[in-house]
Amino acid sequence: MTLGTWLALFVALVLAAEAVRALRRRGLRSERWRRFFRQRTTSWGLGILTFLVLAALAAPVIAPFDPNRQLDILHLTNRPPSWTFLLGTDLLSRDVWSRVVYGARVSLGIGALGALMAVSLGTLVGAVAGYYQRWIETILMRGVDVGLALPRIFILLMAVALWDGLPFPALVITIGLTSWFGTSRLVRAEVLSLRQRDFVAAARALGADDGRVIFRHVLPNAAAPIIVSAALGVGNVLLLEASLSFLGIGIKPPGASWGNMIADGAPSIYTAPWSTLFPGLAISLVVMSLNAVADGVRDALDPREDAA
Amino acid sequence: MTGAAWLLRRLVASVAIIFAVVTFVFILIHLAPGKPCGQVGGGEYVDRAACDQLVKQFGLDKSIPEQYWRYLFALAHGNLGYSFSLHRPVQDAVADTIPFTLQLAGAALLLDFVLGLGLGIYQAVRVNRLPDIVIGNVTLFIYSLPTFWLALLLLLIFGEKLRWFPVGGPNDLILCPVVDSLYCVGDRLWHLVLPAATLGLVGAAGTARFQRAAMLEVATQDFVRTARAKGLPERRVVLRHELRNALLSFITRLGLAFPFLLTGAVLIETIYAWPGMGRLAFDAILSRDYPVVTATALIASVVVVAGNLLADILLGVADPRLRVRADTDLVLTA
Repeated sequence: MTLGTWLALFVALVLAAEAVRALRRRGLRSERWRRFFRQRTTSWGLGILTFLVLAALAAPVIAPFDPNRQLDILHLTNRPPSWTFLLGTDLLSRDVWSRVVYGARVSLGIGALGALMAVSLGTLVGAVAGYYQRWIETILMRGVDVGLALPRIFILLMAVALWDGLPFPALVITIGLTSWFGTSRLVRAEVLSLRQRDFVAAARALGADDGRVIFRHVLPNAAAPIIVSAALGVGNVLLLEASLSFLGIGIKPPGASWGNMIADGAPSIYTAPWSTLFPGLAISLVVMSLNAVADGVRDALDPREDAA
Repeated sequence: MTGAAWLLRRLVASVAIIFAVVTFVFILIHLAPGKPCGQVGGGEYVDRAACDQLVKQFGLDKSIPEQYWRYLFALAHGNLGYSFSLHRPVQDAVADTIPFTLQLAGAALLLDFVLGLGLGIYQAVRVNRLPDIVIGNVTLFIYSLPTFWLALLLLLIFGEKLRWFPVGGPNDLILCPVVDSLYCVGDRLWHLVLPAATLGLVGAAGTARFQRAAMLEVATQDFVRTARAKGLPERRVVLRHELRNALLSFITRLGLAFPFLLTGAVLIETIYAWPGMGRLAFDAILSRDYPVVTATALIASVVVVAGNLLADILLGVADPRLRVRADTDLVLTA
């Protein structure tokens, strides 16, 4: 670690903490934001997520080494954490800290993109099914029943293992396509009750077409379950990617993702636990932060508390 | 609609769902490039003539609709097919793994519910006080752990550093090829501790979070206030009034948890060298053993659907309010 990387790390930490503090201060003005920040874990989660996103964006500055470079295969394999190698080095003498930072790009990227895809698809299907009802709903929701009964991990394993060397976008699409069923059920249930409300009838009476009613009037009022399932979805997708990469069929080496770092480190876990522990800790931190933020969103957008 | 008609409709729907899952898996795996004997163990090619013969023998040279028809025909006769890679009937291979999976899932489920329910109830009783906050943070963290990473962590600490538990396998390889003595039953339990703890702890954290929320939701309702106003002792209010009603939503969770333990165990079984169904499925996928893959997918979907159905039936038995609504679809999605 050079002075520059320490400085960059410090700046990222301070920025993340300040961003959360600013948001909190601003949040004191509105009731919903106050509820969002009611639990301390939410602030922590938001801070950790901000920091990791910053680190992923500024990876070249924060990572002291090239993540895929084998620094010295003879003398620097499986070195314990030190001031030079913050989180140690792995079996191939690569710097674990640099790989964790660059891996954040891949892991967070897949998580965000996969969840975005899953939630959009789930919202669309759920909204259409709930709004139009009749045979459209029957077809779509029976399809969702089948989707929920699919052993998802098997399907993903099959898709990824059989089509060997699936490129990054295909991996995201495959994960996204198998992760939207739960969301669509939630959204449908919400839309079913919302479409009975007066403001929907009013919008329709004013001549709004179906698309406008769904996207402008119904869905914004169903924001709570959608946002919550998006936050949880990012964590789920990230875990799925990590599982696949851990089994050796996700992100291909030498590229670093947190999942395949664990897979790389696992054989030498007894002698060099750091190369396995830290990427796993990174996954846990992200998923935990997302869960905490989801809890906060749930509190903030809880209609029962709005009434109170 | 009466209860019997509802049940019949649900059963038909369940069979249809399972049928659709099997069809989907069948098509997916047959569309995938590569043949079961083209590459074995990543790269070495089996003798071309032998491969062709195997393809012919198993009818893999036929068109996909024809293979599908043959598969369904065999399935209707209770025949799951013959495994390419294990060289034995799929029934036997699956039957060998089921006891292991059930033992693992059963132990994990026990830990999940006992620990999870206990913590959740305790948290709800001490809500927003120190024990609740501490347990809440711990369960939030454990709930977020990747199971395969937790498995490695437990292996490292309890298997390698402390040497309290064995690092893998279902039993002592020398003394217990088959469990038949009391010693070997104990030995099996010994080997079960780490894998079951891995699955059970993550599940218990989720259950605790779920149960706490359910308890707090019930606690705001009128009948709880009435019970308190009647002067019932706090213990009775919590156990008789709050818990019994909070357990209703727990039934649904129970129906969802079991399938997760079967399919979610793929990684755990791989790490702990536990010869269960998850590992069988994973190995079968890697070796393109179509009959085994479809058979395991079939079983997994049966368990998912059966779990949901069972939960709905139990919910109807436990909650009279739902019986009235049984004529609508609401109960299915609640």
